[in-house]
Amino acid sequence: MEELYREQILEHYKRPQNFGAVEDPDLEFEDTNPFCGDEQRITIKLDDQDRVSEIKFDGKGCAISTAATSMLTDELIGKSKDELILLPKEFVLELLGIDISATRMKCALLGLKVVKGASLGKVAEWDDEGVDGDLSQGAVV
Amino acid sequence: MSSPAPSTASAPALPRSHESIRADFPILHREVKGKPLSYLDNGATVQKPVAVIEAVDRYYREHNANVHRGIHTLSEEATNLYEGARKLVANHIGASPREVIFTRNVTSGINLVAQSWGQANLGPGDRILLTEMEHHSNIVPWYMIAQRTGAELDWVGIDEEGRLRMDEFEAALEREPKVFAFTHVSNVLGTTNAVKDLVARARAAGAMTLIDGAQAAPKMELDMGEIGADFYGFTGHKFYGPTGIGVIYGRRELLEEMEPFEGGGSMISKVSKDQITWASVPAKFEAGTPPIAEAAALGVAVDWVKSIGLDAIAAHEKQLTEYAIPRLLEIPGLKLFGPPETAEREAIISFDIEGVHPHDISEILDRHGVAVRAGHHCAQPLMKRLGVPATTRASYAVYNTNEETDRLIEALHDARRIFGL
Repeated sequence: MEELYREQILEHYKRPQNFGAVEDPDLEFEDTNPFCGDEQRITIKLDDQDRVSEIKFDGKGCAISTAATSMLTDELIGKSKDELILLPKEFVLELLGIDISATRMKCALLGLKVVKGASLGKVAEWDDEGVDGDLSQGAVV
Repeated sequence: MSSPAPSTASAPALPRSHESIRADFPILHREVKGKPLSYLDNGATVQKPVAVIEAVDRYYREHNANVHRGIHTLSEEATNLYEGARKLVANHIGASPREVIFTRNVTSGINLVAQSWGQANLGPGDRILLTEMEHHSNIVPWYMIAQRTGAELDWVGIDEEGRLRMDEFEAALEREPKVFAFTHVSNVLGTTNAVKDLVARARAAGAMTLIDGAQAAPKMELDMGEIGADFYGFTGHKFYGPTGIGVIYGRRELLEEMEPFEGGGSMISKVSKDQITWASVPAKFEAGTPPIAEAAALGVAVDWVKSIGLDAIAAHEKQLTEYAIPRLLEIPGLKLFGPPETAEREAIISFDIEGVHPHDISEILDRHGVAVRAGHHCAQPLMKRLGVPATTRASYAVYNTNEETDRLIEALHDARRIFGL
């Protein structure tokens, strides 16, 4: 329990990094966690080589989804638009560094789903089995 | 805990000790995360007394056969159990057995009415009046038939304490809705709607009325004649019965006029290659092999509920609500949704704690063995109205105790502590 809500998670929840919206974004997407109704919106500014130069998120979420997206957005500066689509879910889970139960997995991965949606320009389909995604199918986990 | 003191001198007492009622529910003896289970998620589904569990087991061990067809002993026994359950349900709600259709749950019952009645009676511009406190099960089927027929959805809002806005209701009735579909008890707010009055006014305005009784049926006596609605749905698994079976009551005249919803075996009178005639009600609406074991067990659940008495169940739950609400309100940053007065509500208590998301609350409560629901409760329009993405909901049944509320409160304090509040 204390592990799940360790200090770093709570710190990101209470004072999330990159919270808000970038002005005049090149990529913008929002999606919800259908399980709980939480919403996140991601706005991204790209540089002239289609790499992330600025990224922000907003919305209402639980400690896990908010901390995960806060940590994730910290790591995405300089990544290309296509690299965003190919990010594996382990990328987020390793950032969180805690065991995530099946019921909280959608919370942990909401931000990643929205980032991928922003890159794809449509809702990213999830494959709960965790099979590697096929870019052409928009399968992204 | 022992039988609680009734909250008023006239409240009907439980017919036996509270310990013995709890002892009817095997699952209440298990532990969760090393703590005794405090099951406060009864709005989602209610636990089953051993009599109901044994009824399912007994059906398959001793009586299993298909209904309404075999001329053999087992088939007759299965048919008697199935139709016997229909009579028990009909008797319980003050209806004729012909007016009781077994469905899968409330959702499938509302879909049946929306599609069958709606297809025949709704057209472009017709209004379907709903309320802001509906569960998705009483929104989506209407949206679907509206899409098909060109009808439009209209809404009655709620006030700040979660009651229907009667001014909006009256204004909506002036727009002459064809349908008024609404919940008896809100699954989020706990609000009890004045069904008899609402039905009378809607009927006077010319509307067909359908009531979602999923939350109400396990908490109060129901008399279809007195309520006066055209349709009333409830579900077995929230009524101390099994999953997979629900009931939609319909007024006989309407059921007779309506076309079947699903076609198949059992719902026909005669089939030839070019002409088919329908069976009489209720068989017309029960295509295919029905949930026989579940019906038999629902009949046993009706008997079990009657043996305790819904008045006594209601009195017990009222006492639980009166104990819980002031203690919840003592928690700093806690906002309660729904009417504060117990007279206007049932023991379904939704709240928000500033600084801790409901998901996180629920996860921490689980570590204390306390099961609640966190989420949008399949009521997203209502969440939007309340201005929250989700709430935490503690919902009670007759077997709950004030000690369980104490554990809930202690766990909520722990959640605030973990979040540094």
